[in-house]
Amino acid sequence: MASTPTEYIQHHLTNAQMCTVNGDIAWNYACADAGFWTWHVDSLLFSVGLGALFLGLFYMVGKKATTGVPGKFQCLIEMVIELVDGSVKGSFHGRSSTAVAPLALTLFVWIILMNTMDLIPVDFVPTAASLILGVPYLKIVPTTDLNITLGLSLSVFVMIVFYSIKIKGLSGFVKELTMQPFNHWTMIPFNFVLEFVTLIAKPISLALRLFGNMYSGELIFILIALTPWWAQSALYVPWAIFHILVILLQAFIFMMLSVVYLSMAHEDH
Amino acid sequence: MNINATLFGQAIAFALFVWFCMKFVWPPLIAAIEDRQKKISDGLTQAERAGKDLELAQAKAVEKLKEAKTQAAEIIEQANKRRAQIVDEAKAEAESERAKIVAQGEAEVEGERSRAREELRQQVSTLAIAGAEKIIKRSIDKEANSDIIDQLVAEL
Repeated sequence: MASTPTEYIQHHLTNAQMCTVNGDIAWNYACADAGFWTWHVDSLLFSVGLGALFLGLFYMVGKKATTGVPGKFQCLIEMVIELVDGSVKGSFHGRSSTAVAPLALTLFVWIILMNTMDLIPVDFVPTAASLILGVPYLKIVPTTDLNITLGLSLSVFVMIVFYSIKIKGLSGFVKELTMQPFNHWTMIPFNFVLEFVTLIAKPISLALRLFGNMYSGELIFILIALTPWWAQSALYVPWAIFHILVILLQAFIFMMLSVVYLSMAHEDH
Repeated sequence: MNINATLFGQAIAFALFVWFCMKFVWPPLIAAIEDRQKKISDGLTQAERAGKDLELAQAKAVEKLKEAKTQAAEIIEQANKRRAQIVDEAKAEAESERAKIVAQGEAEVEGERSRAREELRQQVSTLAIAGAEKIIKRSIDKEANSDIIDQLVAEL
């Protein structure tokens, strides 16, 4: 384990990496020069695992869903569904798109689950993994990895562009980028810079907001873990309780903004 | 914290998850919820209708009860009338019967009296005749005075 606080913090903020060096699979330190084609296997593993958990649970409940008196677990799932359904119906004004509500549900529950990994004490899983499996680095909160949040927000961005072109046509989309807010041909470059920044800011802000909140939360958990043992619980408990709010709020904000962006993409001008 | 291929992995996973959610998770759950909502709203309407029906039935029952009461009163009144009538009839009949019996008795008494009188007259006449005969036997012929005797008898 790390000896100095700096090393301890750095250790906790490093992902398990995988890349190919000269055709062979390499891990961690060996990937320092691998550049873009490096995979954060821990983030991907936990993210996909939690996504599968979410879909598995919801699929099971959906399969046995009764229209009569629901069980307690079905009630819980239905509460989530109704929350998402209500939010989508409230903010999505485009022509009915069957993909938006499931997309919002996936984002909401998946992000909650990924964020919730933050509440597991920071040393439990990495220590266990290094002792049992010999894994030197392990980050268990996928949303503290910018790649994960950016992967989500860029997917939403692709859908925004897709729906913009589908609803308004390519010319309509281009016109939206170039003929607003000043409807004159001489203003096209100015308009484009303005609108393009607006468009790009959507996925970037989505990803950075979630990442920033979770990363800072995780960092504070790591700092708390550095304090003496008698101070840890006194600090951990209030911060964890406060963090529950952040977990839910950030998931909700990510979902709502995605729905709003998709709704805007459906609007004709 | 560098941007790397993890981003693509996450995007692909996301796309697959959304597809799965859209195909297998969302439809049955939202269908169950909407079905139940419909069931509940149907149930509420039915309950409301049942309440109204009940109210109507109660009002009807009260009306029927009232009707039955008036009918019963009517029947009792009729029965009373009928009873009075029957009693009157019976009285009248008894009266006439009594009159008849009395008349019969009187007639019988009358007949008996007249018969007794006849008999008595006969016997008196016979006695008179016998007396007269005895008297006349001593004095005159019975045959010559019989018309006078008969006349006497008739006068009795």
